[in-house]
Order: sequence, then C-alpha cells, then structure tokens
Amino acid sequence: MIGFATRRFAQAMIVMLVVALLSFTMFRFVGDPINQMVGIETSLEEREALRERLGLNDPIPIQFYNFLSKAVRFDFGTSYQFRQPVSDLFAKRIPATLELSFTSALFALVVGVPMGIFAGLNRESPISKLFLSVSLIGISLPTFFIGILLIFLFSVTLQWLPSFGRGETVQIGSWWTTGFLTVSGLKALILPSITLGLYQMTLIMRLIRAEMLEVIRTDYIKFARARGLPDRLVNFRHALKNTMVPVVTITGLQLGAIIAFATITETVFQWPGMGLLFLQAVQNVDIPIMSAYLLLTAFMFVAINFIVDILYFLIDPRLRVGRP
Amino acid sequence: MPTVSNEEAKAAVQDRSGVEAAPGRITRMVDNDFFHAFLRSKITVIAACGTLTLFLLAFLAPWIAPHDPFDLASISIMDARVPPVWMDYSDPRFVLGTDDQGRDLLSGIFYGMRISLIVGFCSVVAAAVIGITLGLVAGYMGGRIDAIIMRIADVQLTFPAILIALLIDGIAHGIFGSLDRNVFAFYILIVALALSFWVQYARTVRSSTMVEKSKEYVQAARVIGLPSVIIMARHILPNVMGPVMVIATINLALAIVTEATLSFLGVGMPPTQPSLGTLIAIGNDFLYSGEWWIAIFPGVALALLVLNVNLLGDWLRDALNPKLR
Repeated sequence: MIGFATRRFAQAMIVMLVVALLSFTMFRFVGDPINQMVGIETSLEEREALRERLGLNDPIPIQFYNFLSKAVRFDFGTSYQFRQPVSDLFAKRIPATLELSFTSALFALVVGVPMGIFAGLNRESPISKLFLSVSLIGISLPTFFIGILLIFLFSVTLQWLPSFGRGETVQIGSWWTTGFLTVSGLKALILPSITLGLYQMTLIMRLIRAEMLEVIRTDYIKFARARGLPDRLVNFRHALKNTMVPVVTITGLQLGAIIAFATITETVFQWPGMGLLFLQAVQNVDIPIMSAYLLLTAFMFVAINFIVDILYFLIDPRLRVGRP
Repeated sequence: MPTVSNEEAKAAVQDRSGVEAAPGRITRMVDNDFFHAFLRSKITVIAACGTLTLFLLAFLAPWIAPHDPFDLASISIMDARVPPVWMDYSDPRFVLGTDDQGRDLLSGIFYGMRISLIVGFCSVVAAAVIGITLGLVAGYMGGRIDAIIMRIADVQLTFPAILIALLIDGIAHGIFGSLDRNVFAFYILIVALALSFWVQYARTVRSSTMVEKSKEYVQAARVIGLPSVIIMARHILPNVMGPVMVIATINLALAIVTEATLSFLGVGMPPTQPSLGTLIAIGNDFLYSGEWWIAIFPGVALALLVLNVNLLGDWLRDALNPKLR
C-alpha cells in the first residue's frame, strides 16, 4: 500500500513539474513581460533596471527555481490587465467557481443515480428508452448551447430565473463569499448548475444503467431472488452496492472536468468565477493569469487523480492482490 | 447486436466452397454483414441520411444558399433582424430571418456549417496524422522513445481537451498577436484542436502496433532488411487503421463541438468568417431583446450535425467491435 502510494505520488510530482515548466515557459517567453508592465515613455535604462530587478537576466534554471518557489507561496506575479496580484484575483473568484461546481456535481448525482437505477431495472420500459434518448441529445448539445436554451426559456420567455451573475452574496470569514444563504443567490445558481451538470448527469445515468444490467445477470443476484428476498432488498442492498465502485471513481474524476468546463458555463451566465477570469485572460493575452490557472487546475486534477487512485485501491480488494 | 441468420450463414458457406462464380465488387459489398448490420439499424440509416444531407447543404452552400452572406453589395442594414417567415413583420426573402447585419440566416447557417465542417475535418486529419505517427514510432521503437511519448500523452490526458485548446489559442495569439487575426484564426484553431485530440490516436495505434510488431510478416520484412520507416508505413500502418477510423468519426463530432465552443467564447473563427459557433455568439447578444432566432437556429443546426455524426460514430464503433457481435 505504501509502495503503491509512493509511486503514485512520485508520478504526480513529475506531472506537476512538467506542467510548471510549461507554465514557466509561457510566463517567460510568450511576449516580453517588461513591455506589458511599462508604458511607451519608459526609457531603455529604466527597462533594463526593471529587468535586472525582476531577475529576468538570471540564468534560465535559476529563473525557473525562483518561479517555482514563488508559485508554492501562491505568488504568480501581477496581471497585465488588472494591475493586481494574480493570487488576489483568484482568491476573490474561487468561492464562486467552487460553489457552482459543487452544486452541479450534486445535481448530477441526485438526478443521475435514480434515473440510472430505474433504466437499469426496467430495461424495456418506454420511460427508460426516453431517458436514453434524452441523454443522447444531452450529450450532443454543446454545453454553451444548453445554457443559451435555458436562458431563453426560463429567463427571457418565462422570466422565472436570473440569467447572469451570482445574485446577492454573503461574506463568510475574511474572503469567502457565498450565494447559498440568500434567495437571489440560490435562484441564480439553478440555471448555471443545470447547464454545467447535465453532461455529468447523463454520464452517471448511463454508467449506472450499464453496471446494473451487468450485475443483475450475476449468480448471486439470481440466488438472492431464489431465496425469496424482497425486490427492494435485492435491488438496493445487493445490486446497487456493487455498481457503486466505478461510479465513485468516475464521479471523482468528473469533478475535475466540472471545474474545467465551468469556464464555458461561467461565460454564458457571466458568473464571476475563475473560469471567466481565465477566459478574459485568454482573450487579452494576460499571460500571468493563464499560467497561474494552468498550474492551479493541473494541481487540482493531479490531486483528484491521486486521491481517486488511492480510494480505488482501498475500496476494491482485488487490486491489492498480486501487487508488491 | 446483429446475428447471422441461417440463410446468410448458408450463403457464406457456399461462397467459400467456390460452387458459385466469384461475386462482383458490388454484390460483395451488399452481401457483407457490415452492410446488413447497417440496414438493420433504422436509426443508423436515418443518421446516415441526415449526415449526408447536412454535409451536402454545407459543401454546396455557394450554389444552393438563397443569398451570399459575404457579398457586401447584396446585404443591407435595412434588412437587419427580420424575424422568420411565420412571424409578424417578416420578409419572404429570408426564410429563417436575418442577423444583426441583415445577412440571411439560412444562408449564414449553410456557410457556417461549411466552415465548421472544414475546421472539423482538417483538425481530425491533423490530429490523426500526429497521433498515428507518434503511436507507430512509440509502439515500433519501444524503449525510451516510447516512454517519453506516452508520458507526454498521460500528462495531456489529465486535462480536458477544451482547456488545452483554449490555452494553445491564447499562447498563439500572444506570439502572433500582431498578425491579422482573420487570416490566422483558421490555422491557429486547427493546430489547437489537433494538439488537443492526438493522444487517443497515439494510444490506440501504439497498442495495435505492439501486437502487429511480433507477427511473422513484420519479422519477415525485417529479415529482408527493409528500413524501419518502410515497415511502419507500408506494412504495419494498413493493419492498425481500423480503430483509427472509428476514433476519427467520433472525434469529428467532438472537434465540431469544441470548435463551436471556442468560437462562441470569442477565440475561434472571427465574425468575418463565421462558423456555427460564431453565429451563436453573435446571436447571443440579441437573445434578451427578443430576437431569439439569430442564436437558436444556428444552435439547432449545430446540434443536428453533432447528433447525426455521433449516432453514426456510435454505430460504427459497435459494428467494428467483434466483442459485441
């Protein structure tokens, strides 16, 4: 177990180093950082002095080392567009993105799991077929277009829900703002989280359906039925439990995808999160924000992958057999 | 899954026994169980017809579109934001209405679909070329080269493709910032998409190459002293192309969606050469003022295109997968 975890950890560290190198290359070589920071009237001497002060004349490995040691302390430099430290900008935006991602994941699970169980148990029922067709359409519709359709239906035509922003937020602690505590904040969450979670919902539904179909055919389920156990017990206690292992894995991995795809949803709904910040950075070639976002999401993905790997190892005893 | 009926089995046996004359090319194609499987699935036939129709509409756009949205002489700002024909204040010249500059929406969709498809095809081909080459080299050479290529693939696979495409796009605009966006957007987009999607090809090709490598025909080719490049390109490549075609079909849908998303986010095709995503982005600004058709119709066209290609790809994957027979 410890050997396995150490190996995974080493791999994760290598991935992070590679991403950091990429992020550094972007930061340092795409466009001249000095040109972005000073005005046209700055003289050559002043530019050179600034260059020296920022350490841009140091050998590249030393610059990379400095970049790394700053990144570990969440110092990603100053944004070209906002003239503010990148870490401050991110700190302001992170609560919005995390709340949105959490709500979408919850939506995907709460709706996707029951639909999947139903479709798996009643394979031939017309409702199951309807679920499957709807899920196919859900996969084929691009995220941003789902958002537009929802806005058109619920905000423009019916005027039930707001189409942009977070609504009223409440400050908790020194920097966390939450939309969970106000009515307008909760209302503002509905459309973006459905948009963001729809794909994951269909994914979870299809996965559970497929797993259920497979499990129900196994001997121990047949045996449980032969023993005369009630359907409810067989379906939920025996069958569902065994479909959960892959679902936990996929849900964990999809959490990262949700945070990444938040970029699109946040743009459609003008949700003031990290994704919107990143997109504005891409449009305005704001390299410090781009490289910081790359590092942060990479860290999130690598951490989630690592945790899921370890969890999988703990949940499924078969994996432990035959490993050193 | 399609099962072979008695008659078909008998026919197959007779074919092999050589009692009948060797069937012609067309008979063979129609007799093929691949073709049978195709005709048996109604949804697939519909999807194939739908895909074909949409492709034709897109590629024949200059000849069949009622207007030319790029001809500045024929568009008039006076015709801007005309609703579709079944609504009040419409104009019979514009079946689906017009956009904010007075361009006919139906023609715009045809042309937009054309651009979406061209970008989709080019990026799929580019991704396949990169992926197949690296996969072949990794699988055939093995050792350190293999390890390096596959580690890069692993790292990239941890990120969603859309994020990579966004990053590449941002970097490209940083490097070529001073150049004309209208000219380069198309190429930047293709490179960004190709670099985001090559991994899947590389992994598949690598694993099939490793299987093929140990087979006798490859060993024979080696023994007679053929250079590695020839062995890879002429002998192994044709035998690993099957799964590549399936991935390419499914990735075409994915590439079209990703391109549309990038264009919608404002980093893809510019408004002067609008793809479906650009059209939706333009229309999105008018959604709130009640001019819904400018965004919704291109979106529906995009959804139809992706749905049809997806259905076709799903079927192709199942039909070519011997496990599911």
